[in-house]
Amino acid sequence: MLLAQATQAAETVTDQTWVAQNVFFGIIAFLMIVAAVRVVTTKNVVHAALWLVIVLAGAAAQYILLAAEFIAIVQIIVYIGAIIVLFLFGIMLTRAEIGTENHLDNSRNTRLAIAGGVSLPLLLLLGYVLWDAFEDVKFIPATVQRTSDVGDAIFGNYLIAFEAVSVLLTAALIGAIVLARRD
Amino acid sequence: MLLNQFLFLAAILFCIGMYGVLARRNGVMVLMSVELILNAVNINLVAFGAFNNNIGGHVFALFVVAVAAAEVAVGLALVLMIYRNRKSIDVEELDALRG
Repeated sequence: MLLAQATQAAETVTDQTWVAQNVFFGIIAFLMIVAAVRVVTTKNVVHAALWLVIVLAGAAAQYILLAAEFIAIVQIIVYIGAIIVLFLFGIMLTRAEIGTENHLDNSRNTRLAIAGGVSLPLLLLLGYVLWDAFEDVKFIPATVQRTSDVGDAIFGNYLIAFEAVSVLLTAALIGAIVLARRD
Repeated sequence: MLLNQFLFLAAILFCIGMYGVLARRNGVMVLMSVELILNAVNINLVAFGAFNNNIGGHVFALFVVAVAAAEVAVGLALVLMIYRNRKSIDVEELDALRG
């Protein structure tokens, strides 16, 4: 079924080449990957949080390219606005001095073994599977998914899941307060 | 646009995040790497939502964002408590349950 949809989508793609979108995708994707590598390799924990901001902002830009405006805005508000601040709080509450923290990484050999033994094979496997499944299927995010459409879907088809997420958020925040409280 | 360019980007981010979770021993850094993984999943969801012209992908991306916020709040509270009790956030030292 996926393949049928894919061929159908490929047929509807016209002669448009979408050069600008592809160029911007490449630039943003490159920045995201560099920043993500820095997040997992930098010694300074505060710098890691700031590199994470670039990855998250890049993801928001990709959502704009995919014509998903509401997700992009939510990404910026929730991730960059709230989660990064939470991370910085966590860093500053769990560290005596701001600086490098070498002893909190695995040894160089262990890290190389993890990179070569887990991440790289996983990436090759994923790359092979994705290319095998979708090859060069093209698509155009034809219609902008408007915010009102998202709202209709949330309060229509996905109402029960939405309520469950609300309860989950309340429970998680109360749990976080109970855990972090000094008593 | 190719569908695969977004999927490959997500796969690369996922693998980088996976490396971070395994290679880091600082509890806060492990949580940050988990955020990378969740973002990779979100890119996949939104890309497939745009590809199939289906709003469900966007709704589930929103749910993932909400759950990620909850996870970070609880996770950082846990790391904070561990730090308070043990004066360290090295996840390798958390072996009190080892038999």
